[in-house]
Amino acid sequence: MKLPTPSQTVGPFFAYGLTPQQYGYDFSQWYNNKLIDPQQHDDSIIITGRVFDGNHDTVPDAMIELWQRDGECNLFGRVGTGTDPDHRFIFHTIKPRTDGTGAPFVTLILFMRGQLLHSYTRIYFEDESDLNKSDPVLLNVPESRRETLVARKQGSKYFFDIYMQGPNETVFFEIC
Amino acid sequence: MNKKKAGGIESFHPPRLYPDYKSTVLRAPHRPLILVPGIFDDAYGPVFGESEVGPDDHDLTKNGRRDGEPLGERMIVHGKVMDLNGKGIPNTLVELWQANSAGRYIHKVDQHDAPLDPNFLGAGRCLTDQEGCYLFYTIKPGAYPWGNHYNAWRPQHLHFSVFGRNISSRLVTQMYFPGDPLLLYDPIYESAPETTRHLMVADFDLDRTEPMFALGYKFDIVLNGRNESRFENR
Ligand SMILES: [Fe+2]
Repeated sequence: MKLPTPSQTVGPFFAYGLTPQQYGYDFSQWYNNKLIDPQQHDDSIIITGRVFDGNHDTVPDAMIELWQRDGECNLFGRVGTGTDPDHRFIFHTIKPRTDGTGAPFVTLILFMRGQLLHSYTRIYFEDESDLNKSDPVLLNVPESRRETLVARKQGSKYFFDIYMQGPNETVFFEIC
Repeated sequence: MNKKKAGGIESFHPPRLYPDYKSTVLRAPHRPLILVPGIFDDAYGPVFGESEVGPDDHDLTKNGRRDGEPLGERMIVHGKVMDLNGKGIPNTLVELWQANSAGRYIHKVDQHDAPLDPNFLGAGRCLTDQEGCYLFYTIKPGAYPWGNHYNAWRPQHLHFSVFGRNISSRLVTQMYFPGDPLLLYDPIYESAPETTRHLMVADFDLDRTEPMFALGYKFDIVLNGRNESRFENR
C-alpha cells in the first residue's frame, strides 16, 4: 500500500491558476460557476451564500467546488469568493433529483488559505423536507446540526451560508 | 479539535487546526467531522477531454510569453498520479500554479516587493496519459516572505491541484525541492505528519534532465480514494 501525498493549503493566490477568467487573468478556464447555461434551462436555479470565519467575517479568498450527480446529470462547477463585493459564491445549476436512496443534494468542497485540508459539506433543499427526514446521510448527523446542511429557498434561489466555526458551525464530513 | 480514528485516511494529512500556521485558527472547523461510511464511494465528477487542453497549457515557459522568454532556471516536472495501490490514474486533470523565479505571484493581491516577469504567468494544466503520467515545463520558483511570523519565508514550491477518480481523491498540495533549508522552518510543510511529509519533496531526476536545456524533477502524487481495496494499514 502507498501512503497518500498529504494535502496543503490552496493559499491566497490560487485565482490565476484555478479560476483565471473569473478574476480577469489571461488564461482559459474550464469550469466556472455555471454548471448549466441558465438561458437554456427553464428549471435553472441559483445556489448562493457566503463563507464565515470564526470572527464571523466573510472569507474573501475561498474557492468552492460544486459536485452534483443524481443518476441523470453529472455536473461540476467552481468559483472563488473574491470577485463579488459581498464575497458571495453564486452557482447556476438545476436542482438535482433524488437518486432513489435519499433526498436530493449537492456536495461542496471548500478550499482556502488557513485550510491545510479542504472541507466537504452537502447542500440539501428546504422544499424537500419529507425526503430530508429519511435521508440516510442526514440521519447520521446529530439532529441539532442538520439544519446547517439545508439551503433556504426564495423563489428560484437557494441560500446556503457556511460557518467554519461558532454556534451555527456547518457540518463537514470526514474523508473516508 | 477533530477526533482522529487510528488508520483513518485523514491521519496521513495535516490536522485541520495547526496553530503554528496562524490562519488555521479562525478557519478550521471546531466540531468533530461527521463520518458517514460510503458517502464518498460514488465515482463521479468532471469528465475531462483531451480536446480541451491547449498546446502550451503544460508549458509555463511558453504560455505567458509576451515579447521574450521568462527569466530563471528552466525545469521539467513530471510524475505519476496513482491510487493507494500504485495504479496510475489516466486522463485526470492536473493543475499547477506558482510564483516566478523572483518569488512573486502574478496574483493582484501579492504585494511582495519582487519583480513580476512580463513573460511568465505561472499557471498550467495537463491531463495524465494512459499510465497516469503528467509532465510540465516551467521555471523554478523563488522563495518568498509571508506574514505568518517574524522572518517567515515559504520554501520554493509549486502548487498542485489534482482530481483522481472520485470526490474523496481530490487533492490540493504543494511540491517542494530536495535540500531546501527553509523546509525546517515552514509550518505549512511541517503541518503534514512525519509519515507523509517527505512525499511532497520532489526527487532530482538526472535521467529526465534535458541536456543544455532544463533540469528534471520527479514528483509522484498518490491520491486518497477507495478503489479495489480498502485502506486498512496504518
Ligand atoms: Fe505559494
